[in-house]
Parts: sequence; structure tokens; C-alpha cells
Amino acid sequence: MIDKNSYVRIRKTLLKPEERASNIPAETKEVPFKMWVKGYLHDESDLFDIVKITTETGRVETGRLKEAFPPYKIGYGDFVPEILKLRHLIKSEMYGDKDE
Amino acid sequence: MSNTYNDIMSQRNEIMKKSVGIDYDKYEFDGIGFDYEMMMNDHDFDLELIIKIQTENMVGNTPLIELKNLTKYARKFADKGKGARIFLKDEAANLSGSFKARRAALSVYQAKKLGYKGVIAATSGNYGAAVAALAAKVGLECIIVQEAFDSKNLSQPEILEKARKCESFGAEVVQLSVGPELFYQFLILLKDTGYFNASLYSPYGIKGIETLGLEIAEEMLKKEGKYPEAVVVTNAGGGNLTGTARGLKNAGATDTKIIAASVDLSGLHMASDSDFNKKSFTTGHTGFGIPFTTFPDRSDVPRSAGRPLRYMDEYVTVNQGSVFFMTESLATLEGMERGPAGNTSLAAAFSLAQEMNEDEIIVVQETEYTGAGKHIQPQLSFAKKNGIEILFGNPFDEIPGKNIILPSSAKLLKHKYLDMTKLRKSYLKRYCNIDLSNKDILFLEEELNIDKQNIIELMMEVKND
Repeated sequence: MIDKNSYVRIRKTLLKPEERASNIPAETKEVPFKMWVKGYLHDESDLFDIVKITTETGRVETGRLKEAFPPYKIGYGDFVPEILKLRHLIKSEMYGDKDE
Repeated sequence: MSNTYNDIMSQRNEIMKKSVGIDYDKYEFDGIGFDYEMMMNDHDFDLELIIKIQTENMVGNTPLIELKNLTKYARKFADKGKGARIFLKDEAANLSGSFKARRAALSVYQAKKLGYKGVIAATSGNYGAAVAALAAKVGLECIIVQEAFDSKNLSQPEILEKARKCESFGAEVVQLSVGPELFYQFLILLKDTGYFNASLYSPYGIKGIETLGLEIAEEMLKKEGKYPEAVVVTNAGGGNLTGTARGLKNAGATDTKIIAASVDLSGLHMASDSDFNKKSFTTGHTGFGIPFTTFPDRSDVPRSAGRPLRYMDEYVTVNQGSVFFMTESLATLEGMERGPAGNTSLAAAFSLAQEMNEDEIIVVQETEYTGAGKHIQPQLSFAKKNGIEILFGNPFDEIPGKNIILPSSAKLLKHKYLDMTKLRKSYLKRYCNIDLSNKDILFLEEELNIDKQNIIELMMEVKND
């Protein structure tokens, strides 16, 4: 159960495939056009319920409750060995190979 | 009226008029054209006021620095006597971390002045952060509309970082799945809230960048006693190029060559759900650059103030691997962690400089902030997770959506010229079934920056193609 006034993220289908613009690639037209938005939950609800929220600018939106207290998950990703190789390449072209 | 797709799209002009505070009809000529300069100057912003607004908002007067190490690196691969000096305008120093703050400063000022309660911008890029930051500074509400997710709920780390940044300034971020219907939802939000459309393509959005061109011209003249021979501009919607070029020209740098640069994403469809996360650049690429160059009025206002073919001398592309290569070079050799997308023009300049004389100057006119999500490390990591191969080799062998080819030597980092005639012909195609009046042709001369004879010849070729 997620408490009233919790900060949550909802998802809403804005256009079903048949309602989408005509001039778009087939693989895009096959899927619904969706929206995600965050805000404060109006009533105590369960995940995946259809709920009402008030967004940061005071708008009321309805949609499926996807996440409570949504975190930021961005970071620097996994180790990318190609970047090290690139760095060494640049330095050796610029300054020459290091002597042992 | 209901909110079906067709209903909303049919209200487009009415919603736009209310939300930009500009009656575009008054600039229209009979025929195909309109009075561009009248539109650009039909407001109270003189240069002095623009500079005042920007300065008070921590925008503009960014450092212009000579990249001595990168110049030295480029000269290793240039013929004797070749290898222009490369300068960089560090636009990351603006409030919110990019040149986009120059555009946002004027739009937000205008919104406040006209009494709007809030501003809306449709962008998954730096412009969102800029509008959000400036709105926060003047106490306006702000909604940023992003194209963010594919149908598997996957998003580029760069876009998610931009959402975080907008939220950090108190903005509401509306995230959408892939598709041009973003414009539909954008119109609904404008209609429902009555907020100001802080369009990238309004006259304010372009006027704000003119100071960038002006600063380059003035500072170069002061430091080097001359205007730069070339300025390279990363090109997407065309506003950056238009504003910078206008600023340079107004300052007197009329001989400076204006070179557009985009990341080559040919083969990837911008409205494709499955291609969406196969690219490593969300802007500065040919997927925006070419369509907006050849048809500027595809933007979210009736007449775009960004009209790159009026000012563009050359248009070059570089591949994704080359931009990542330069992003790493900038960090490793100059101690500047910036980009990556903003380094598109830098990658082009590295190669273009080798075609120029060593006493000449080429200016890269922007950088952008970097950080978690929006950085070579997470972007390459994300590409690999999406099945994109990261290889070393000849960047010209890169196939967007399949691999990213990092040059195996800076020697291989080269730009490719796009055919300007082809771009102009593509622009003209729209009018090939119209009997053009003299006024139409005059308009096209300005739009395409070529003379009447040229227009007539190109039009003949278009009709015969």
C-alpha cells in the first residue's frame, strides 16, 4: 500500500496504436503512445492501480501507478575497456610511447 | 472539443498564437515567403537589453580559449604549413551548462513580461535544463516535454540525466514514448495550462544566440587583430547556426566562413521505436540537421527563426566514433571534460583545421556540461548493452545502429562534405509545382543565399529529377 501524498510516477496511454499519426514507421505505429509523469498521490493506492496525482506545476493527471519514490538511476555505466585503449592511443600519438 | 489527435492538431495555429504571443500572419507575403527580418526585429530587444538580460542571468561572456594541444595534435597529420589554430568557446560555463541558456534567457524574460504564469518547452536536450533554470530564476512554472522511452521502457542515459537536471530546478518533466505525436501532447499542455511556448525556434530563441557570434567576433579582434577564418557550429534544428552567424555578421565578421557540422546517423529513422536507442547521440545529428536545414518550418512555430541555409557556407558530417574520440582527446590533452554531443563541431574542426593554413583560425563555438548519464562512459556502456559494437578502425566504415567505430588513429578522423546544391534542391522540392512570382524568387534568393539565375537553374533540375 502506498500512502496518500507520496511522490510517485504514473504511466498513461495517450494514443492507442489505431489512434496514432498516420505518417510514422510501422514499428512505432504498432505500439501505443505513452506518457510518464511524477506527482503527489491523491489517495492511498496499490502499485498498478489507476490513480490521480498532482504534478509539480499543480496539474492533475490520471494513470497507472508504476513507482513510488522514484529514484534517479543514472550513473557512469559499466566498465568500458575501449575508453582506456582510446586514452592510451591519444597519448601515444601525441607524446610518443613511454620508455620502459 | 475532444482531445483526439485530429481535433488537437486542427487547433494547432490557434494554440500556437496564444502561447507564443506572436501573430505570425502579419509577416506573411502573398505567395511562399514571409518577411524574415521584420519577424526577427519585431520586439523590444535591442542588443544592449539582450546583453543586460543575459548578464544578469549568468549567461554569456564565456571563455574563448585556444586549444594549443589539440592544434598540435591535428598538425601532426597536416601538410607542411597547414593546421589552423583551434579555439573553443566554453559555453558549458553558462547557467545550466550550455549555450541553450542564451536562448532560454530571452524566451523566459518575454514570458514573464507578457504575464504568462509558466513556460513549456519540448526538448529532451540541454534546452530543457536551460528553460527550467531560467524559469526558476524568475519564478515561473515550467514544464519540459521529453521524448524519452522506447516501447521497452528503455531510455538513453543522457535523456534521463536531462530530466533529473530539469527537476532539480523545480520543473515538471513529462516523458513520452517515441513518436512525432509529442507535438500533440505538447499542444494539449499548452492549451490546458495557458503557459508560454518557449520554442527553440521563436525569434527570441535565435536572437539570444546572436551574442555568441558577437562575443567571438569582438574577442578575436581584440586578441588576434582579426576575425576568425571559420566558425564551426554543431547543427540540429538550425538555430545555433543561424544565431551565431547573425551575431558574427552584425559585428562585422562578414568574411568568416560558417561551417555546420552534424553527427552522421544516416540509416536510422528518427521516429522509429526500434532505432531510438541504437543511436548514441540525441541531438547534433543528421536526423535533425538535414530535415531542419531543408525545411526549417517543420518546427513548432509557424515560421522558424532558425534558417540555416541563409548563412551556411559548408555542411560537414563526422561519425559517432570520431566525436567520442575528440571528447576523450579534449579531456586527455586539454583537461576539459565536456560533451559528448557538443563536441561534434570540435571533431569536425580537428579535421577541417588540417585543410587550412597554420596562420588561420577556426573557432568551435560551443561546449556543453557533462556528468552522470551524459558522458562518454555511460553512453558507450549503454550502446554496448543495446548490442552496438565498439570497434577501432576507419570511422567511415561505421554503420549507425550497428557499430561505433573509434578512429584507430587521429589521422583517420575526417569530416565529409555534404553537397550544398543537393541540400538547396531538397529545400526547393516543396515548390516545384508552384508558378513562382518575382517576390517568391527574391525570398528564395535570401533563403538559399544564391542568386536568381541559380534558383531558376536548380528549380529546373528539381523538376527534371
